Amino acid sequence: MPDENAALLTLEKVSKSFGPVRVIEDVTVHVRSGEVEVLLGENGAGKSTLIKMMSGIYQPDGGRILVDGRPVDLPDVKAAERLGIATIHQELNLVPQLSVAENITLGRTPKRLGMVDRRRMHAIAREALDTIGLDVDLDRPVGELGIARQQLVEIAKALSQDARLLILDEPTAALTGREIDALFRVVEDLKSQNVGMVFISHHLDEIPRIGDTVSVLRDGKFIAQVPADTAEDELVSLMVGRDIDEQFPRARADERGEVLLEVDGLTSAGRFEDVSFTVHAGEVLGIAGLVGAGRTEVLRAVFGADPYDSGSVTFQGRPLPAHDIGRSIGRGLGLVPEDRKTQGLVLDAGVAENVGLATLRSTSKYGLADRRGQRRRAEGVTKQLAVRMASLDQPIRNLSGGNQQKVVFARWVMAGSTVLLLDEPTRGVDVGAKVEIYELINDITAGGGAVVMVSSELPEVLGMSDRILVMSNGQAAGIVEADEATEDSVMSLAVSAVSSAVDTPPSAEAS
Amino acid sequence: MTATTTPPASTATRPSTLRRLGHWAMNNGALVGLILLFIALFIATPAFLTVGNLVNIGIQASVVAILAFGMTFVIVTAGIDLSVGSVAALGAMTSAYSFAELGLPGLLTPLVGLLCGALAGAISGLSIAYGKLPSFIATLAMMSVARGLTLVISDGTPIATSETVSFMGGSIGAFPVPILAMVVAGLLCWFILSRTVLGRSMYAIGGNEEAARLSGLPVKRILVVVYALSGLFAGLAGMVLAGRLSSAGPQAGVTYELDAIAAVVIGGASLAGGTGKATGTLIGAILLATIRNGLNILNVSSFWQQVVIGLVIALAVGFDVLRSKSSR
Repeated sequence: MPDENAALLTLEKVSKSFGPVRVIEDVTVHVRSGEVEVLLGENGAGKSTLIKMMSGIYQPDGGRILVDGRPVDLPDVKAAERLGIATIHQELNLVPQLSVAENITLGRTPKRLGMVDRRRMHAIAREALDTIGLDVDLDRPVGELGIARQQLVEIAKALSQDARLLILDEPTAALTGREIDALFRVVEDLKSQNVGMVFISHHLDEIPRIGDTVSVLRDGKFIAQVPADTAEDELVSLMVGRDIDEQFPRARADERGEVLLEVDGLTSAGRFEDVSFTVHAGEVLGIAGLVGAGRTEVLRAVFGADPYDSGSVTFQGRPLPAHDIGRSIGRGLGLVPEDRKTQGLVLDAGVAENVGLATLRSTSKYGLADRRGQRRRAEGVTKQLAVRMASLDQPIRNLSGGNQQKVVFARWVMAGSTVLLLDEPTRGVDVGAKVEIYELINDITAGGGAVVMVSSELPEVLGMSDRILVMSNGQAAGIVEADEATEDSVMSLAVSAVSSAVDTPPSAEAS
Repeated sequence: MTATTTPPASTATRPSTLRRLGHWAMNNGALVGLILLFIALFIATPAFLTVGNLVNIGIQASVVAILAFGMTFVIVTAGIDLSVGSVAALGAMTSAYSFAELGLPGLLTPLVGLLCGALAGAISGLSIAYGKLPSFIATLAMMSVARGLTLVISDGTPIATSETVSFMGGSIGAFPVPILAMVVAGLLCWFILSRTVLGRSMYAIGGNEEAARLSGLPVKRILVVVYALSGLFAGLAGMVLAGRLSSAGPQAGVTYELDAIAAVVIGGASLAGGTGKATGTLIGAILLATIRNGLNILNVSSFWQQVVIGLVIALAVGFDVLRSKSSR
């Protein structure tokens, strides 16, 4: 008989090393039925390794794993799943080409006479989607959904597999406020059904909303277990081992400089329409809006990554040719893309190689790469940006999210870019590294440059921008001064065009 | 983990010479395999380790090695070039035709073959970069087109090559020109991949094409050059191949593209792109030639040779998968 008082899942003094590097040391964590255990720590603190041990991907070198008070072996993911442990990873486990229904029933497709029982498959999928209130066409390929809805499908899929313990690895990172609310309602519902959950998030404000207890990790070690309603400041100082004086250290000159970037009437059919704004030297222009409002699309079009139909972009007084990345970079623009792993970095290449990508051509002579110079400069900027790495040749894949993002920034610092276009610059980045990225933004504006920052985190947009362009359904709904803006005023602009144009679905979201 | 807080290697964890050797062996699997093969063949038959036979292996490896060097560029960018065997034959045939039928001065005839190869490659590259065809399909089409054109030009019968081309299959004094051509192609491949902007861009494109594009690399133009280079190397291989027989045959080089791919992959490149080196490819090509040569000396039928080579490819790649898994 399982011990009534025993936790659903216990990691008891577990340790894990990769080669000589000890990533987890003597950590003990309990997850109880009907409760949400929050794992808190900076990137690289060992949260990912810990949940991989829970889900059978890694096996601990020392310590034990107990389920219902009994020691168990989790040699693989299947073994964990048999015990009712399911994981929603940051990298989604969906097959983009298969339909929503097929994805939800993947691996246990209902069959009749050896053929797919489509009716039952649809029934299972419909029920799964209903639990989280998601309404999508079951026959639509998952890849056509936006990333937010893909994640919800993944969550629905795990829920439909009768999980007793759900591991949510940053489930809210890609969701909008409304979707987060929906998810948290599901979490509450599951709590009442005695499902235990492990929750990881970099959004501290989410912790008291759904958490019960918080286990704080730092450098692979267990630091403390505290109640979920612990003050944010205290959580942060537990996490980083020091106080963070200011969450958004905005430092700006009093007066705006000359106009650096001028976007006029930019239009791309079906993506965005008649978007205009100017960016002055020494300024941060935030772009806020819902997922699918066309923010990323505008940023990419300005940079030259995608073509546009009409309108113009003027940079430092001269027109910038459309759809010509090389020219944009040469003139002094840089883009930190939305998804650093698929768009920003060559994951298997080293740090130096990645930092030098944008300057590879401009520093070459007779077609020969300036290997020594590139390396020397890469060493300089990585030091300047405090990129934590074992060496310049360490594969980017092995760096934490914050350090990966700093490498993308370093590329543009090395290229001497004057205007940086940032797309969700702190997504998946821990608190400490976030502040470092904000400091970088300050450095750029202090040096006479400017920043355009797309972000889904309203506190970040409000805290770091000077002015905020709010986009709604592909249109510029308004530009507000950050001093006067509130979360409410920005949000009401963000939904302004959505409510007036319910018949036109935001087609840009699928791209 | 910062560099400064990484604990200094204690005496217990400091790698011993043996372990370092093991580590080196893991990272140079193909080379270790080649050395072991040499030792085994030397023990099995004294006829193996003679200067004459080693030169033989070099000559036998040369054509596939040259094709494989060109293929390395393509595979580094995460592509594949199935046309190189046919393009080699087409290069040889146009070269021979320009000499025998059009009366082109002999000295210029190798240029015709090289240009023809580069042009065929560039066409593949254009259809891949701008026509958005998958490289597998584009080069499969080119493979058929090039072979067909070879047959059309030759009308199905071999054509004698010029003396200049024949020289490329001969020797300077005692030194075989095919080996020289292999060395030159290998050095060129190494130089481009490791020293030039073009080569470094290839790795970036193969590793993450979108990141390369957003960093300002002209991905499409580079891809065209990559396939043109592969075609150019195929043209050179065609010259050596025809030179050795002093004639360009309509069926020359059939299935050589598969040997070239095998050599690159055995040499440690991943078909997923972003990795691959000239030295690895050279070792891969020599390994293939050595297996064939050794099995010939040991009187193993050519039918069985194919079985062995298949197993070696599977083994080499399987070993590589294992290695990259353990290093994660």
